[in-house]
Amino acid sequence: MNIIVCVKQIPDPETPASSFRVDEAAKKVVPAQGIPPVVNPYDPQATEAALRLKEAAGGGKVTVISLGPESARDAIKHALAMGADEGILLNDPGFEGIDNFQTAVALAKAIEKVGQYDLILMGRAAADWDMGVVPMGVATLLGIPCVSIAKAIERVDGKVRVTRVLDDGFQTVEAPLPAVVSVSNEFGEPRYPQLRQIMLAAKKTVQVWNAADLGLSPDQLGEGNRWLKLEALYVPKVESKVEIIEADTPEEKARILAQKLRADKLI
Amino acid sequence: MPGVLVIAEVADGKVLPVAFELLGAARSLSAEGAGPVSALVPGQAHAQELIARGADVVYVAPEALAGQMYDAWLPAVDAALEQSGADIVLLGQTASLGRDLGPALAFTHRTAVAPEVVALKLENGRLRVTRPCYGGNARAEHTFAGKLQIASAKPKTFDALEPDASRTGEVKTIDAIGQSRITVLSVEKVESEGVRLEDADVVVAGGRGLGDPSAFTMLEELAKLLRGAVGASRAACDLGWYPPSSQVGLTGKTVSPTLYIAVAISGASQHMAGMSGSKNIVAINKDPEANMVKVAKYAVIDDYRKVLPAFIEEVKKLKAQG
Repeated sequence: MNIIVCVKQIPDPETPASSFRVDEAAKKVVPAQGIPPVVNPYDPQATEAALRLKEAAGGGKVTVISLGPESARDAIKHALAMGADEGILLNDPGFEGIDNFQTAVALAKAIEKVGQYDLILMGRAAADWDMGVVPMGVATLLGIPCVSIAKAIERVDGKVRVTRVLDDGFQTVEAPLPAVVSVSNEFGEPRYPQLRQIMLAAKKTVQVWNAADLGLSPDQLGEGNRWLKLEALYVPKVESKVEIIEADTPEEKARILAQKLRADKLI
Repeated sequence: MPGVLVIAEVADGKVLPVAFELLGAARSLSAEGAGPVSALVPGQAHAQELIARGADVVYVAPEALAGQMYDAWLPAVDAALEQSGADIVLLGQTASLGRDLGPALAFTHRTAVAPEVVALKLENGRLRVTRPCYGGNARAEHTFAGKLQIASAKPKTFDALEPDASRTGEVKTIDAIGQSRITVLSVEKVESEGVRLEDADVVVAGGRGLGDPSAFTMLEELAKLLRGAVGASRAACDLGWYPPSSQVGLTGKTVSPTLYIAVAISGASQHMAGMSGSKNIVAINKDPEANMVKVAKYAVIDDYRKVLPAFIEEVKKLKAQG
């Protein structure tokens, strides 16, 4: 079973609010000092799903693709250390400042170039822009179905059977292959790369494809050709109007709080 | 003629409330000059209800569309767009439909979707949206390059209008339904006890600062007393202290109760993203510098272990007084 996994490198989502800075003029997040970028937290689960499906099928290939700067090689290496077979980095100055719609176009082109695939797996969303539209974008561009927010995936009779996480429960669906499936955190813990695998991963090849390799022209690339225009990016300001309840004991504070809420008709 | 089209999802024979909330938002856009408001719904039975909530035109799709996957909806949405001429589409960000239908619609129309917006406005006749990103640390404002502008919102983001039975509108039939490539084999509902978190008027939530999972028993007692529901921060859920279905935040539920009591929750931005719509926030926290204290109406800076039992007693006393 040949599976393609798309991964992304992002600023560490656990960066404390106090270290989080935005350059409002450039409309960009300023990388926090001393906090290196990480693999998007949902993506190792997509890699884990790919590895389990390959193991269950008894063979095949897992190819990892990441679009990003040179440093995104680390996100690919992480997946290779988990057990993926090959990596492809999509890197081009024209990819700077693009949106997820342009990203989906580039990923779809890369997947077509890889050619042989039964299944494409991705994390349910990237924890930087929190949009989760790339899986559906790639599926629509490739003309194949997309099943989102998977907690369990299995191959049954040449189809993919997926348990999806709904707002009030779960849903099990079946789709023909090839298909795109986005994987949710409910899927379970991804395996942790062992030292030996990290050493092996260092020897695995990572190809680098640029925009021209994907047949993308400059009028599809760059910030100026975004589908979703970014007009402003800022840290929301909070104006505090808090009333701190003062009293000698915690019990007294609690009673005052209850009485105030009662006076406000809130309880 | 431009206009706004709201996609109304139906589950268990009922229109999901997020559609009414989006109609409220659509009426505001219409007042700013966005044109008439239309709605697409599977099933004739829901047409009047949508008009009462703000739709000028309701496109009724086959009832069989309810509960189907996104690709079955595309022909009906296209027909409604063609007939209405709408250039703005609003959807509820639901796992059952909107989360998939928004981007599928965007990519088939070669345009973008802005998911999980928190504000919508019209600027020079075009939609401008605001949405949280970077785990709630930042806000981004977007416009659209393409003609069609698509946005989705989580439930409880916007306010629905009170139903007005005297409102009138047109009802048109759309006989389009797609053949989904995805087959639904089964659906399993997870029932929560008591008041549903998303619908609760009072939410009592706990975080990692509780230091002990058994503290949730106290939160449950308070929630029951106030006829509310219990929520938890991601940190508390990750520690296994409370079920993930009760998680409030960016990757969990969005709530906007009248009263949100945050017990030992520092207020990481990803948690704030799920509850910042609360009308009144109470923070009980040892740290006066906690983010949650800053956004609160009232804050008690003390150990919740001493505060909560006294608070519960006083609430009981006040309730007994009627």
